[in-house]
Amino acid sequence: MRVIIPSQLRSYTRGAAEVEMTGASLVEVLANLDAAFPGIRFRMIDELGRIRPHIRIFVARELVRTLDVPLKPNDEVHIVGALSGG
Amino acid sequence: MKRSADKRKRPKGGVHRRTAATARKRNASTARPVEIAVLVGTRKCALIYRGDSSRRRWRVDGPHFLGHIIDHIVLDPRDRRTLLAAARTGHLGPTVFRSLDMGKTWTEATRPPMFGRPPEGMAERAVDHTCSLTPALAGEPGVWYAGTSPAGLFRSEDGGATWSELEGFNRNRMLPKWAPPENVTPDNQAFGAVLIDPRQASHMYYSSSAAGVLETSDGGESWRPLNCNVEANFLPDPYPEYGQDTHCLAMHPRNPDRLYQQNHCGIYRLDRPGEEWLRIGRNMPAAVGDVGFGIVLDPRNADRAWVFPMDATATWPRTSPDGKPAVYQTRDGGASWKRQDRGFPREHAYFTVLRQAFAGDGLDPLGLYFGTTSGELWISNNEGEEWTQAAAHLQRILSVEATVLG
Repeated sequence: MRVIIPSQLRSYTRGAAEVEMTGASLVEVLANLDAAFPGIRFRMIDELGRIRPHIRIFVARELVRTLDVPLKPNDEVHIVGALSGG
Repeated sequence: MKRSADKRKRPKGGVHRRTAATARKRNASTARPVEIAVLVGTRKCALIYRGDSSRRRWRVDGPHFLGHIIDHIVLDPRDRRTLLAAARTGHLGPTVFRSLDMGKTWTEATRPPMFGRPPEGMAERAVDHTCSLTPALAGEPGVWYAGTSPAGLFRSEDGGATWSELEGFNRNRMLPKWAPPENVTPDNQAFGAVLIDPRQASHMYYSSSAAGVLETSDGGESWRPLNCNVEANFLPDPYPEYGQDTHCLAMHPRNPDRLYQQNHCGIYRLDRPGEEWLRIGRNMPAAVGDVGFGIVLDPRNADRAWVFPMDATATWPRTSPDGKPAVYQTRDGGASWKRQDRGFPREHAYFTVLRQAFAGDGLDPLGLYFGTTSGELWISNNEGEEWTQAAAHLQRILSVEATVLG
């Protein structure tokens, strides 16, 4: 599935704005993303498994607030850096 | 130490002062050339200023990590080329970057400081940011300590690549009392940093905005408060066992039994093995007070220190008193203080200098450096006698470290 990477995290993806990942859940996709691009997950998910306050994750265009979200093969995961102030 | 003692014996007089100044100038000009790096962490990047021993001309290297909040950037004194930087952004979580080539290239820690599952009965926590980085002693190459907010301590044994919890601290049953999660600043920050006794690596102090000072003698397995006589006028018991707000703790490098702290409530000194702090800030001018954030020591004279006092009247503006910036120097362990303000604006300059943003470079004469929250870097190459603005228009300065490169 397509994962859209915000500009703040593209230093991990060597500049790629989109990457292809597999996974049956958001947990799995983020784990695979971190395996491919080490360190990227902790910058957006804390050690308690919470999405950081100024990161938004949309699955199939719906905002999700936790990681226990099942995914269909063609779902798009869109990660956004939002509202962090000046 | 001997030379410093000799200096104190000199009679006060213009002729002698000029002679001393001339001698210093001669020493500075004939000494082996050295390069100095001033590491500046700001709310939007890190900058490295490099200059020679004249400390008059600087070239800037950076910005490093533009867009990142750099809470602390530190050079490893054991090799003088490894840098560690504690970083985060408004969006992204906290991490540590390290450079093995003085900032030419950076790599991220593969395991930055992060809390593990707590023991039964203690709350789960997440690291908001790493606020301090401390290299261990020369006999422990590659070992570093990191202090975090909320209160946590981490140790790296591989030069900052991976970090593990200091369990005796992070899982200490007293930690929720020593550093309650609600004891943070309005921007939701707590501060904690480690000082290591150069004679004994297992003897350390932890200075904290929530707990005051804690001490360990077993490498961090157990800790105890060390706050006797230190005021906490914001608590029902103004002299509690713990709960003080230590802004900055300093240990004299050649006399590690001499501690100073700039506290939320004043300036203190402690001579170990004593246990009772002495409020040397009582000797500051009453109109100026003894509240501030940072304190810098003279590495050649344990009786000598500099502070940057700030206004702590009714609403605690914590800006230069009366809008007139000055540092204050003591040469007698805090028995008396001398104002040093030459070079600063004379009025309407409301400087705030944070706890990690005031530093010395260790040279003789000592160079002093501070950064303001309004993004100005000020430098004195003559022990505070005269100050020069080295940079302006930076972002909020969070930390300043000055190091001789060799």
